[in-house]
Amino acid sequence: MLGLLALVLFGLLPAGGRETTFGLSTSSDFVHLGPVTVPSKASAVVLSVLALLAAAYAGWCVSRARRVGRWVTIVFAVLWVLAFLTWAVAGKSTSLVSLLAGSLFLAVPLAFGALGGLIGERAGVVNIAIEGQLLTGAFGAAVFASIVSNAYLGLVAAPVAGLVIGALLALFTVKYHVNQIIVGVVLNVFAVGLTSFLYSSVLKENAATLNSPPRLPTLPIPVLGDIPVIGPVLFRQTLLVYLLYVAIVVGAIALFRTRWGLRVRAVGEYPAAADTVGIDVNRTRWGNVLLGSMVAGLGGAFFTVGSVGAFSQEMTAGKGYIALAAMILGRWSPWGALGAALLFGFSDKLQQVLGVLGTAIPNQFMLMLPYVVTIFAVAGLVGRVRGPAADGVPYVKE
Amino acid sequence: MKLELRGITKRFGPLVANDHIDLVVEPGEVHALLGENGAGKSTLMNVLFGLYKADEGEIVVDDEPVAFKGPGDALAAGIGMVHQHFMLVPVFTVAENVMLGHEPTRGGGLLDLDAARRTVRELSDRFGFGLDPDAVVEDLPVGVQQRVEIVKALVRDARVLILDEPTAVLTPQETDELIAIMRELKAQGTSIVFITHKLREVKAVADVITVIRRGAVVGSASPDAAETELAAMMVGRAVSLGVDKAPAEPGEETFQVEHLTVRDANGIAVVDDVSFSVARGEILAVAGVQGNGQTELSEAVVGLVPATGSIRLEGRELVGLSPHEILDAGVGFVPEDRTVDGLVLDFTVAENLVLDLHDRKPFARGVALDLGAIRKNARERIEEYDIRTQGPAQEVGRLSGGNQQKVVVARELSRPLKVFVASQPTRGVDVGSIEFLHKRIVAERDNGTPVVIVSTELDEVAALADRIAVMYRGKIVGIVPADTPRAVLGLMMAGAGAEEAREQATETELDQLADEHTHETGAQQ
Ligand SMILES: Nc1ncnc2c1ncn2[C@@H]1O[C@H](COP(=O)(O)OP(=O)(O)OP(=O)(O)O)[C@@H](O)[C@H]1O
Ligand SMILES: [Mg+2]
Repeated sequence: MLGLLALVLFGLLPAGGRETTFGLSTSSDFVHLGPVTVPSKASAVVLSVLALLAAAYAGWCVSRARRVGRWVTIVFAVLWVLAFLTWAVAGKSTSLVSLLAGSLFLAVPLAFGALGGLIGERAGVVNIAIEGQLLTGAFGAAVFASIVSNAYLGLVAAPVAGLVIGALLALFTVKYHVNQIIVGVVLNVFAVGLTSFLYSSVLKENAATLNSPPRLPTLPIPVLGDIPVIGPVLFRQTLLVYLLYVAIVVGAIALFRTRWGLRVRAVGEYPAAADTVGIDVNRTRWGNVLLGSMVAGLGGAFFTVGSVGAFSQEMTAGKGYIALAAMILGRWSPWGALGAALLFGFSDKLQQVLGVLGTAIPNQFMLMLPYVVTIFAVAGLVGRVRGPAADGVPYVKE
Repeated sequence: MKLELRGITKRFGPLVANDHIDLVVEPGEVHALLGENGAGKSTLMNVLFGLYKADEGEIVVDDEPVAFKGPGDALAAGIGMVHQHFMLVPVFTVAENVMLGHEPTRGGGLLDLDAARRTVRELSDRFGFGLDPDAVVEDLPVGVQQRVEIVKALVRDARVLILDEPTAVLTPQETDELIAIMRELKAQGTSIVFITHKLREVKAVADVITVIRRGAVVGSASPDAAETELAAMMVGRAVSLGVDKAPAEPGEETFQVEHLTVRDANGIAVVDDVSFSVARGEILAVAGVQGNGQTELSEAVVGLVPATGSIRLEGRELVGLSPHEILDAGVGFVPEDRTVDGLVLDFTVAENLVLDLHDRKPFARGVALDLGAIRKNARERIEEYDIRTQGPAQEVGRLSGGNQQKVVVARELSRPLKVFVASQPTRGVDVGSIEFLHKRIVAERDNGTPVVIVSTELDEVAALADRIAVMYRGKIVGIVPADTPRAVLGLMMAGAGAEEAREQATETELDQLADEHTHETGAQQ
């Protein structure tokens, strides 16, 4: 908390002179909101002071041995980010809508990856192979969508491609009790090698037939899409994003409200106890690893049909690992995972926007931003998290 | 349902845990299994329940051989089990644990938590367990967890019920309730396999007794047999069931607790302004019904829970120090739940025996461990405490329950102490080893160490105590001499002050004597 306080001062002091303009709507909006222009120095100061107040309140709670509500942290973070933005964009203008929409967009593979990861880990299988599942998912989606020239069918191929990696993971860890981390890392290397090999030996030569998939079109949802600010951010997206909404909601309900979820969590916490009430531990684990890998594979489709189209080597660029961080930051819950993914997506988008605007911050630093946020988030915001107790521990019977 | 085990053999590596065991449980019979720690009782029951696969032999249910692939099959065949090491998911609530595996749903696979809560409340009320369905299991004291484990088995309406040491952490009243439940179930035709180390219980409820020693059946006994006879049969030698100890010679009061208060997460004082002191060469027993603050009191001494007030050991203040510093200050501590606080189950016996000593002589050389010294220490402790293990290098988690307990006590008593605090020190330990541990604790007292024993077992309190402190709702209601009659202690445990309890007890004494008389004659018939 105190460390963050110092950062507030940083946001406060060098706030540059003029004014900041926030675009609140896009040109195609039904309800058109004019851009908001605020005096940057004054508002940065005001926002910083508010953030300070939130921090002070938290400090007061701690000194009184009371629990600090999570909302305080969130309010603090939002205020701080706004202050930072006002300062950084001072004298220029940026579109808040595109910033937020872009954040959501970039969060998609992270959220899918984190959800896939937590489905496995809730049952006690660590899935480091998320990266590999994203990659094969991206590959599968691109190739299949190219062949049938239909982006939607790419969304069918992606989970199947992820499933291949998941099945190998389950085979070695659940059936043969091999160390889960090691298998996961090996599978990541395997996925990189396999896709790179196929890319350079097959895709490159036949790029026109095998690697030029159509992209998912944006599907604006009527009415909802016309709500100011929220509409364009949330409801003018592709099918993949809408699938994410569904996956998060269904995942949250399934894990915490259903018989299936209770059993899965029991298996991840104390497999022997689950066994003694007649739950087949290893079958549950198989099922969850496969399901999780399909979810992660679907997330992989984002990289190809969901965004740029064609597949290129190692295009997931470590996003699978950031997804794992999002899973931990989100405390192994679907909503938490989504929140964390959005945070990482936001820092990524911010980095892009500020890079284009060319603010006072050095470019190299901006490129680091998403990773810095990851480290701070995992180390600082999370505090002491407790994952499933039997996570990573094979279940062997006498 | 009639159940037969024929020639069951189970090996763990070179160890034969069950050696051609035959056992017949008739319908509506309470069949007690007796045997020393590590005899193979739990192993046999785990085979029967489908958790372990037998190497040889067969299980026959109603004259049909069955092959259980896992506990699911055993459950389906109508076998239920209360496990010695609780099979409860720590982060789940009581209701979630009880419903796991046969969850009530509201269609679409959605859990019906309300139905589960109702079931827990009904059963808990029927047996006087007082369980809160929404309490998270890991926050509950072991005695309460034991009740959850029992409810979890009862809720399934098993036709054969296996109870593996269900009474190890129950209070005498709770045990009586459980015995009443067992009688009720028996009347309904349920067969029960009952494992316990407490001979009084066996005599009270068993129809048949089978004694196992070193993996083999050594014979059966009738519940009418004298306790000493049963004990001798289990251990293979005569056992003295009481402790002969010389009267205490209290010295200087070096362990002082003043105005100690511990609050739980909701800010309620679970230990409420408690003061007492213990002298060198004296044993103070803390008695009381589980959940009246004894657990937290003992944990506060070693700094496991935050507390206010003062705990002084030879003048040094312990409140505010870390557990590590407190142990270093010379506090020996046996926690009530060995598997959570006392042992690292994946570590070996040898490692567990030096858990809090590993960083000093003779077990450390600079930053390195002296593995030779650690092994030698392990061999000595194993010998001294008769720990049944395949060797110092075996993982503690694979020892039988009673032997795990011996490891904890052996470790804590193996270094020079300034005070010894033990919660349920003989939990799950067989009669022969209780005799030894009690002697060992008395010897520690005679060495001049102040000793605090927290126990819900009045027999143990009577055997060890020089003075008895009775706790009720976080307060000490009185500290009384060791020879205080049980009736008085019982009333104090229900909240009466010492004086008040004594008066009431004299009034009811005549009735009680009459009661006991009829009881005894009843038992003889
Ligand atoms: N999973 C295991 N691996 C190796 N050895 C084991 C395992 N489980 C039990 N044993 C050994 O088998 C023997 C019998 O253990 P068991 O738990 O059946 O004893 P018990 O009669 O229940 O004793 P207690 O009264 O102490 O509970 C012990 O020597 C124990 O060390
Ligand atoms: Mg046992």
